[in-house]
Amino acid sequence: MKLTVDDVKYVANLARLKFGAEEEGRFVSDMEDIIGFADMLGEVDTEGVDPTFHAINLQNVLREDVVTNLYDREALLQNAPGKMNGCFEVPKVVE
Amino acid sequence: MNYETVVGLEIHSELSTVTKMYCGCATSFGSEPNIHCCPVCLAMPGALPVLNKTAVEFAIKAGLAMNCAITRSGKQDRKNYFYPDLPKAYQISQLDTPLCVGGYIDITVGDEVKRIRINRIHIEEDAGKLLHEAGGGTLVDFNRGGTPLIEIVTEPDIRSSEEARLFLESVKAILEYIEVSDCKMEQGSLRCDVNVSVRPAGQTEFGTRTEMKNVNSFRSAVRAIDFESKRQIEELEYGGTIVQETRKWNDDKGESYPMRGKEEAQDYRYFPDPDLVQIVVDDEMLERIKSSLPELPDARKARYVGDYGLTRYDAEQITNSRCLADFFEKAVSGGVSPKAVGNWIIGDISKILNEKSMEAGDIPFLPEQLAKLVTLIEEGVISNTAGKKVLDELFENPRDPELIVKEKGLVQISDEGALKAVVVQIIDANPQSVADYKAGKEKAVTFLVGQTMRATKGQGNPQMLNKLIKEELDSR
Amino acid sequence: MNYYDLTAHEIHDLLVGKEATSEEITKSVITRIDSVDDKVEAYLARTSEAAIEAAKRVDAKITRGERIGALEGVPMAFKDNLCTNGVKTTCSSRMLETFVPFYDAFVVKKVNEGGSPVLGKLNMDEFAMGSSTENSYFQKTRNPYDLQKVPGGSSGGSAAAVSAGSAVFTLGSDTGGSIRQPASFCGVVGMKPTYGLVSRFGCIAFASSLDQIGPLTKDVTDCANVLNTIVGHDPADSTSLNVSKVDYTKALVNDVKGLKIGVATDYLQDGVNDEVKAAVLAALDVFRSLGATVGEYTMKAAKYALPAYYIISGAEASSNLARFDGIRYGHRTESFDNLKELYENSRSEGFGDEVKRRIMVGTYALSSGYYDAYYKKAQKVRTVICNDFKEQFEKYDFIVTPTTMATAFTFGEKTGSPLEMYLNDLCTVSVNIAGLPGISIPCGFDGGGMPIGLQIIGRTLGEEMVLRAAYTFEQNTQFHKHRAIIGEKEGRSV
Ligand SMILES: [Mg+2]
Ligand SMILES: [Zn+2]
Repeated sequence: MKLTVDDVKYVANLARLKFGAEEEGRFVSDMEDIIGFADMLGEVDTEGVDPTFHAINLQNVLREDVVTNLYDREALLQNAPGKMNGCFEVPKVVE
Repeated sequence: MNYETVVGLEIHSELSTVTKMYCGCATSFGSEPNIHCCPVCLAMPGALPVLNKTAVEFAIKAGLAMNCAITRSGKQDRKNYFYPDLPKAYQISQLDTPLCVGGYIDITVGDEVKRIRINRIHIEEDAGKLLHEAGGGTLVDFNRGGTPLIEIVTEPDIRSSEEARLFLESVKAILEYIEVSDCKMEQGSLRCDVNVSVRPAGQTEFGTRTEMKNVNSFRSAVRAIDFESKRQIEELEYGGTIVQETRKWNDDKGESYPMRGKEEAQDYRYFPDPDLVQIVVDDEMLERIKSSLPELPDARKARYVGDYGLTRYDAEQITNSRCLADFFEKAVSGGVSPKAVGNWIIGDISKILNEKSMEAGDIPFLPEQLAKLVTLIEEGVISNTAGKKVLDELFENPRDPELIVKEKGLVQISDEGALKAVVVQIIDANPQSVADYKAGKEKAVTFLVGQTMRATKGQGNPQMLNKLIKEELDSR
Repeated sequence: MNYYDLTAHEIHDLLVGKEATSEEITKSVITRIDSVDDKVEAYLARTSEAAIEAAKRVDAKITRGERIGALEGVPMAFKDNLCTNGVKTTCSSRMLETFVPFYDAFVVKKVNEGGSPVLGKLNMDEFAMGSSTENSYFQKTRNPYDLQKVPGGSSGGSAAAVSAGSAVFTLGSDTGGSIRQPASFCGVVGMKPTYGLVSRFGCIAFASSLDQIGPLTKDVTDCANVLNTIVGHDPADSTSLNVSKVDYTKALVNDVKGLKIGVATDYLQDGVNDEVKAAVLAALDVFRSLGATVGEYTMKAAKYALPAYYIISGAEASSNLARFDGIRYGHRTESFDNLKELYENSRSEGFGDEVKRRIMVGTYALSSGYYDAYYKKAQKVRTVICNDFKEQFEKYDFIVTPTTMATAFTFGEKTGSPLEMYLNDLCTVSVNIAGLPGISIPCGFDGGGMPIGLQIIGRTLGEEMVLRAAYTFEQNTQFHKHRAIIGEKEGRSV
């Protein structure tokens, strides 16, 4: 699998990561190695094989509709780097 | 050229569960920000989701009520994107195994019944709320974050803003009947995305569609569809092309505009949520939910037309609100004319509710009191006009209509002798009317009835007055 | 005799026999940390005072004549991806440098209820991504057997602490080998239970479908006791198994007579270190001599487990780590003018290179146009691997492989190439992919005195068989009695 700087830029944008020019080059080659390694999966015959998303098959793990949480707002907000009036604060969102 | 508008709707409705979709936080609004939150709905490190059983049951109930097939084995998927109102940076939704598929709702357009197909209904979680500080940054409140939603996606079967409105009314009615959502538009518990395209009349393939977000009321939906189809037609008429895009509806300005950041190709990287397990709907569960379904608006409508002789239109007006329909049924249960009760409900009562921006559930008087009012009119005790006064009073200070009639002196005068005296007096005072009548102007009678009504302070029996006036005129 | 060299069950006996107090033992371990941790650097945060207080409570209980649990009064420590109420939990990342949870992980609650004094939080590869603990933002943990060598990873701090006598037992997490590989490198016992047996609530997620918490201990008996404490259904984790409670100490039976052992020969051919191979073959001889039979097989998809693992874990991680956005907690950049910069700069500054690499690979594998070729394909290969194991478990009672192809390596030796580092997980990842229980126990030393680990794999919920096999091996060998001598290269003593 050949990767380009544009591929890395596209993926980095989706992942909200940013790289300098030198870093970008390094990520192109690292990702190329790893993705290239994963290309080996193509050799496995998976015709008619269903994917396994969970190793252990569980079903219907459901919660009764009953209020169980009572947390202090102070605790909920204690780790927030930006907060105001009981809210989390972010730069102005332009829609 | 003539164009046809094609509309598809994606309706998000909040489910009226007690707690959120994946945690035991209460779903409630209007409280202090970030009060109903916990590690799960704030996506704190290490927190894990557990699905709300009632939310699943409510979604299945909605699907059954909308004639959908229920997916027997489904999963939940992550839709990944960054936004400050989405704490995990993914929304848990359903991609290819929605709980409900392939349903429909029938609406009545004019005299015709039209079927609008439903592609799917899936469950997902709501986002938090962004509060825009004047001058400053944006504040995030996660009280709403994680509230259970169903997303109802239609096929592109809707052909006008009017059809869209009728469909939305029906959806709202059904959700209200089955008690899975309180559907309060103004609190955002029913919101929709509107897909609009236009095509020359007669053309079979669809035109390019645009998607409008932020449509938060039925009225906005109508306006947004009208605006967008007009915009697209104009664009095509001037030789332009429609760009497939997401637009935002601005209700204040009454227009839509392309959303910022469309250069950001949407790549949501959906994949099955590994923190959640399969949802399997077995026969027992399905039967249990099926048997819990109440009579639905359609069935009620048919009953009102068949049993009560209401027109389809009137029946739909009443059955669109479960509260109104329940009120109607209680009122007619004593044997008064359903037609008359229906007219009061669709007419004056709805008008007053509208003026006072009240919901059907807020009607302050009892159905039995409305029945009494109708009986008093039917028995000739009060006039229709007096009946309206009684109704006003029922809204102000609800009590026995008979008492109101007595207190306000609204009893109709049906004493022929007493009315005859008034009639003679009025006709004597209006010779011109007599002349007009003799000249063949029937309108003179109406005038004289009005005059006698005034003289009796509105209490004269109008039919009787009419008869007496004609007799007196003919005798002169 | 030093208390810090003792196993949990030995300490329990002393406490019950009133030959020592928990306070004495806890202080002995704290002193041990004081004297060796500047060399081993296993600890990121220490909670000595709270540990002594907890120890005193246990002693009071003993004085009152009350019964105590198997781990009560036995000092331990947690990997730093397990949330501890009121105590910093960093995942060894700059991203969470100042993060203090206001809730406990399920296992933390269980350990606290079990009465173990908690000594602190242990170093790891950032967000559990790595095989040497070199990816920690804060410090390099050293292998107690040779300070020039890595302890393995990602639970390097958890393995090194037990190996150094800086904790009697620890908890780690294992996504692709992160308990077993460092256990093997540091000469201790490390177990990854069946997926879902131990609740993941409060364990900061790396890859949700693979992560599992487990014990690192000095011997198999301790391992069984820790399992008893941390296993249990948790309604707060949808993937937590609701199975009837088992007393794992009942599985400590010194007998493998008649049992059938499968050996995956794929891990005894190319690339395996000769001394490692010899140790594993010798271990099989021990089992044979005790009446077990050994059959060889080749795992059809053996070489595909690693690429499948890196795609699946990367994809899940890319989504799990998206919540670290500098808004509700975690590192927030100082240089931003708008929301997008806040996201990008906070994340780019907060995450180290390996974490970024995994997020990038995972994002790529899920992105439009590549989902089928990578993510979905990997999940199909996962099915093939699961079926492969199922087939083998029809023939064998347990499976044996080396835990790693070689013993601990020197710092910096593999940091140049991500792929070479990934090869460390070769023998362990398939166990996570299939959700099976696996243990690593000491089975020898190489010429340089570095420990060698033997991996024993069981069928789904086959913990008892795994423990029985491991216990039998241990009872018939002496490797588990070795203790590292910190600062001596040839750090082996009996
Ligand atoms: Mg949606
Ligand atoms: Zn919550």
